[in-house]
Amino acid sequence: MDFQLTDDQRALRDGTRELLAGRFGRDRLRAAVDDPAPDRGLWRELATAGFFALRLPEADGGVGLGLPEAVLVFEEVGRALLPGPLVAGQLLAGAVDGVATGERIVALCDGGADPVLWEHPDHCDVLIFVEGGAPERDGAVYRSAPAEVARAPFASVDPLTPLVRVTGRPRTTPLPGADASRLRREAALLTAAEQLGSAGRTVETAVGYARQRTQFGAPIGSFQAVKHLCAGMLVRAELARAAVYAAAVTGDALDIAGAKLLADEAAVGNARDCLQVHGGMGFTWEADVHLHLKRAWLRAERWGGAREAEERLAQALAG
Amino acid sequence: MDLAYTAEEEAFRDRLRTWLAEVLPKLPPKPVATDWPGRRAYDAAWQRMLYDAGYAGLHWPADAGGRGATPTQHLIFLEESEKAGAPYVGANFVGLLHAGPTIAAEGTPAQRARWLPPILRGDEIWCQGFSEPDAGSDLAALRTRAVRDGDDYVVTGSKIWTSHAEVADWCELLVRTDPEAPRHRGISWLAMPMDAPGVTVRPLRTLAGSTEFAELFLDEVRVPAGNRVGAEHDGWRVTMVTLSFERGTAFVGEVVACRRVLGELARTARANGRWDDAVLRRRLGRLNAEFAALWRLTQWNVSEAMGVPPGHGGPPARAKPSVGEDSRPRGRSGGVPGTGGSVFKLRYSHARQELYDAAAEVLGGQALDAAHPWVADRLSALAYTIAAGTSQIQRNIVAERILGLPKGR
Ligand SMILES: Cc1cc2nc3c(=O)[nH]c(=O)nc-3n(C[C@H](O)[C@H](O)[C@H](O)COP(=O)(O)OP(=O)(O)OC[C@H]3O[C@@H](n4cnc5c(N)ncnc54)[C@H](O)[C@@H]3O)c2cc1C
Repeated sequence: MDFQLTDDQRALRDGTRELLAGRFGRDRLRAAVDDPAPDRGLWRELATAGFFALRLPEADGGVGLGLPEAVLVFEEVGRALLPGPLVAGQLLAGAVDGVATGERIVALCDGGADPVLWEHPDHCDVLIFVEGGAPERDGAVYRSAPAEVARAPFASVDPLTPLVRVTGRPRTTPLPGADASRLRREAALLTAAEQLGSAGRTVETAVGYARQRTQFGAPIGSFQAVKHLCAGMLVRAELARAAVYAAAVTGDALDIAGAKLLADEAAVGNARDCLQVHGGMGFTWEADVHLHLKRAWLRAERWGGAREAEERLAQALAG
Repeated sequence: MDLAYTAEEEAFRDRLRTWLAEVLPKLPPKPVATDWPGRRAYDAAWQRMLYDAGYAGLHWPADAGGRGATPTQHLIFLEESEKAGAPYVGANFVGLLHAGPTIAAEGTPAQRARWLPPILRGDEIWCQGFSEPDAGSDLAALRTRAVRDGDDYVVTGSKIWTSHAEVADWCELLVRTDPEAPRHRGISWLAMPMDAPGVTVRPLRTLAGSTEFAELFLDEVRVPAGNRVGAEHDGWRVTMVTLSFERGTAFVGEVVACRRVLGELARTARANGRWDDAVLRRRLGRLNAEFAALWRLTQWNVSEAMGVPPGHGGPPARAKPSVGEDSRPRGRSGGVPGTGGSVFKLRYSHARQELYDAAAEVLGGQALDAAHPWVADRLSALAYTIAAGTSQIQRNIVAERILGLPKGR
């Protein structure tokens, strides 16, 4: 057992961070707030870097890596707040043509959720539904063309993630070789990884601001009340990190449920505290903090919310 | 990132399991909490059994009397001992978990030879004389003085909250050797024999009812200068090593215990009907995630800190002023746990209190029965956010040393 990142894993993480910083910096982020359509050029660039085909076997033109590597990459996506159905792309690169190369954008819908929400409805080429409620229960997986799905408007809390409510869909085209419970599990894990990245980014943002903003003639970060908020943020993020990385290594459904729970708590809690550290500035549309908070809320409801995870974890104790 | 155990490690686990299954049923009954001589004898006897079977000081370096085992074997040892219900380190806590490792890291060969084997054999019990009535969180304010007189230091002052003082043979004692120097620079770390003339122990009663700790009065106690670990006046640095062991690795085994208790809570709630309460159920579910993650954090910290066993060089880990993954020291840190220990301690100490609050909910009215083991543990858990550095002090450490926020008042 050596539960640390390998040099290759560090390199992968750093490379992804650089790529995203270069192609999706602050200006792009703010532009995306006005138009959150995935940038198809960036999509293809990500594909070229192996983002979608990360876990496909090398024989199939993939990179041949595993879940831990996918988690490191999604942590970076979460840090950068990159919008778009990226989790879907990573999970379905082997199952839907054109996804691995970034030519086509696929969205993934949780058919067991209430309401059934569809992310980026106007910007995807294919839509995959996963049926069945609980993660361990088998359900059908089928594909639809966006045009054949009936929808109702839904005002998304997250400006970077347009949503519609699905009101009706045909269930005719099963997706061959798809495993519903595995899709659910991995979607939850990658979402947790994004939450972790966001949680890490908001600690950094809060700490940076606390070092530079002065009040009463001193940096606010020298005040213990502010320090303790920041320390609490780091502790949340680090606990979530240990859980998410371990769940990526084991791939176990219960580990993933726990990791998602703690990563949701870290992302939401850290965004709130980051907002607090920023004072009035934090409450503005201009500051990025609200974008982290809103996306964290959204992700926390996706692929198993707190209630479901806690019940599962409780049942496992009593078993 | 690798959580798998090698065949060799699994074989180690099997041997250990077999051994535990064989010896545990033969142990005498546990003495009551107030019977200090009985507790000392019990804890020392268990340590001796570990020693004879080759499980003492598993991860200490061989030249410190240890087995030079891998950090993973050490984790397996803690995991299996706890799962099998083996006795806890008890009175051996200070010696095994921080005084010993400090001597292994900082002591001379003669000091290691003198003090480490008796710790490992359970022959000698240690206590920690750091805190003073006016120097708790502000440890560097300590005033107990040691004046050099020939080959001895003459020590005068007092210490407080000294755990296990009633039965200890040795005390890791912090003294001020240079009152003129800036406060962090005039401190020395001494090994003081508890039976030296001039040492008085006055037990203090804890809120849990036992005499877990005591006050020490030191009246011109002579301590040989050869008992000083580290250079004269350099005791603060040695203390940082001790504290990082205390915070970093000393609580590791307890996480496994908490996970066991959590399972018992769930089964008890099932049996007594409390399980129907969804709020309680969800609380237990969340604690399950929390303790599982704390165990993973432990594996991470241990992987990082103990790649090289204690005593094999390397300064204490100094984290860069950054956060998250980047804040973790790259590579090995010479066996001294880094600031990851403060992150762990902060979350763990609160989680442990929440665990026993949940236990009280499961117990209902029975939670008023002080004789119930969960109630006793609920009381002792109250110390966790105070002892070994309060949560407020840990937050200061995380903010200043990991996050690099400016020092304040
Ligand atoms: C069960 C138990 C066993 C112990 N065993 C030992 C032992 O064996 N040997 C030993 O040497 N010591 C031992 N201690 C002492 C322990 O280390 C101290 O109690 C602890 O460090 C706090 O110091 P204090 O009690 O003087 O509290 P104080 O330092 O007086 O603190 C009181 C309160 O003020 C807060 N506070 C203090 N300074 C700051 C600050 N700068 N910023 C924010 N808040 C602050 C604290 O967090 C706390 O809430 C033990 C304590 C307990 C409870």
